[in-house]
Amino acid sequence: MKYSLGAAAVLVIAFVTAVSGVNEYFFYAAFVVLQFMVLATAWNILGGYAGYVNFGTAAFFAIGSYTAVVLFKWLGAPLAVQIAAAAVVSGLLGFGVGLLTLRLRGIFFAIATVAIIFIMETMMMNWRYVGGATGLQLLRPDVLQPFASYTRMLFFVMALLAVIAVSVARYVQVSWIGRGLRAIRDSEEAAECSGVPTLKLKLFACTVSGALMGAAGAPMPMYLSFIEPASSFSLNYSVSALAMPMIGGTVHWLGPVIGALLLGSIQQIVTVTISSEINVLVIGVLLVLFVVFAPDGVLGLFKKLWPRRS
Amino acid sequence: MAAPLLKVQGVSKHFGGFTALSEVSIAIAPGERFGLIGPNGSGKTTLINCISGSLRNDGGSIEFGGEEISGLAAYQRTRKGIARSFQIPRPFHSMSVLENLLVPYEYVVHLKHSDAEHQAMEILRRIGLADKARAQSNQLSQVELRKLELARAMAAKPRLLISDEAMAGLSGSEVDEVLKILFSLNAEGITIIMIEHIMQAVMRFSQRVICLDAGKIICEGTPETIVANAEVQRAYLGA
Repeated sequence: MKYSLGAAAVLVIAFVTAVSGVNEYFFYAAFVVLQFMVLATAWNILGGYAGYVNFGTAAFFAIGSYTAVVLFKWLGAPLAVQIAAAAVVSGLLGFGVGLLTLRLRGIFFAIATVAIIFIMETMMMNWRYVGGATGLQLLRPDVLQPFASYTRMLFFVMALLAVIAVSVARYVQVSWIGRGLRAIRDSEEAAECSGVPTLKLKLFACTVSGALMGAAGAPMPMYLSFIEPASSFSLNYSVSALAMPMIGGTVHWLGPVIGALLLGSIQQIVTVTISSEINVLVIGVLLVLFVVFAPDGVLGLFKKLWPRRS
Repeated sequence: MAAPLLKVQGVSKHFGGFTALSEVSIAIAPGERFGLIGPNGSGKTTLINCISGSLRNDGGSIEFGGEEISGLAAYQRTRKGIARSFQIPRPFHSMSVLENLLVPYEYVVHLKHSDAEHQAMEILRRIGLADKARAQSNQLSQVELRKLELARAMAAKPRLLISDEAMAGLSGSEVDEVLKILFSLNAEGITIIMIEHIMQAVMRFSQRVICLDAGKIICEGTPETIVANAEVQRAYLGA
């Protein structure tokens, strides 16, 4: 109940801000932060809860973008349809990838997921309809009322997606599914012998995680008015989606939210004030610091400092 | 003997060129207390891994309650009523002791959360871990971890309970305690397979014992005949 009120409040604030007179640049930057929130939250469902480190975030994200582009170019589909279709396609990709790779454990699973990026990127690079390696310029349709600009609308859409993603992650965490995923992370063999259908649960997590990543990628082509494979499949997405939950804390749905807000905002500020190259360095340095000094992330740090409250 | 609860017929298991089990056959009656002994590396744990589904047997058949189960995944076998403890404890270390037990309650018995918690506490009281119910399981001692292994297996409400060295490292009085629990579970109708190196415990507990050596059954019988058997003495007991 408290959660639903909080989620509703976040949406109301996002909406009011979007229709207010706040500087356009804010929405341009906030969109990216929220997008990372969705990616980090999605990553955490498989990577944090179940302990299966997925390096393929960029693939799921970009396939979402490309699904949106295909639907837009082919049918002129509205944004909502693009997002829904992207979620379905990336979800299916997650299911397929899961079937092929989830029997692998630990580092082998991580390596297999990296391969997905290269396979998908090569496919898109050779597909002329979506622009191949040169990319495709896209003309934004008219913005919907009451938003004053397309970027403002996309900001609100991404805020909505973030609330949906976090709600899904929270549900998974507190339900029986979450306990099963944690059992898998702690000891897969013991989980199996305690009646947990490990393969099914991992497939479920991989599918949901993939679908949310795809949804996050769908508004991206409209945000840039452009799509192109090299930046869509950038490893930066994979690294950030992994670093943010690690820094925020992987055991709780709040972890990726905190991580994305913290890291995403720092990145935006650094990009503007110093350089866009430095922001990758920031992730690296923060990740190392947290892994060494606070392996349970910001949440773990709080737990250590105020053990009673948690 | 009545129709066996568990019937293992000609089960083999190879790891590369190494034969861990060759043509092992056993039949265990419902309600029986069954002991499994043998030197280290003789295939005891491999055998119960094949029974519980952690490993797939290469040849032969495994029937449980008259049904072939060797094609089933481990979780399905647990749901059919086979629960086990692990020789090297594998707790869900991110969870509290109580939560460890809630996993089988949620996934096997399908109980409501409040009922599950109530019954899990009951088991913890029985096994002597009640005061640790809220403790993180990664803070338990070795002895407590072994008890937790057993408690988690009990929570799955098994018809067949496989105890893989649940007593290793326990003191004399603690061994008696665990034996008492296993006896009372057996009195409730649960069939029990006990793997143990503490001979006193196995011999006191079991109605029937088999001795494995190098993947083969070398002797089967009552505890008395086992102890008296020359081959068992040579391979395991050391005469």
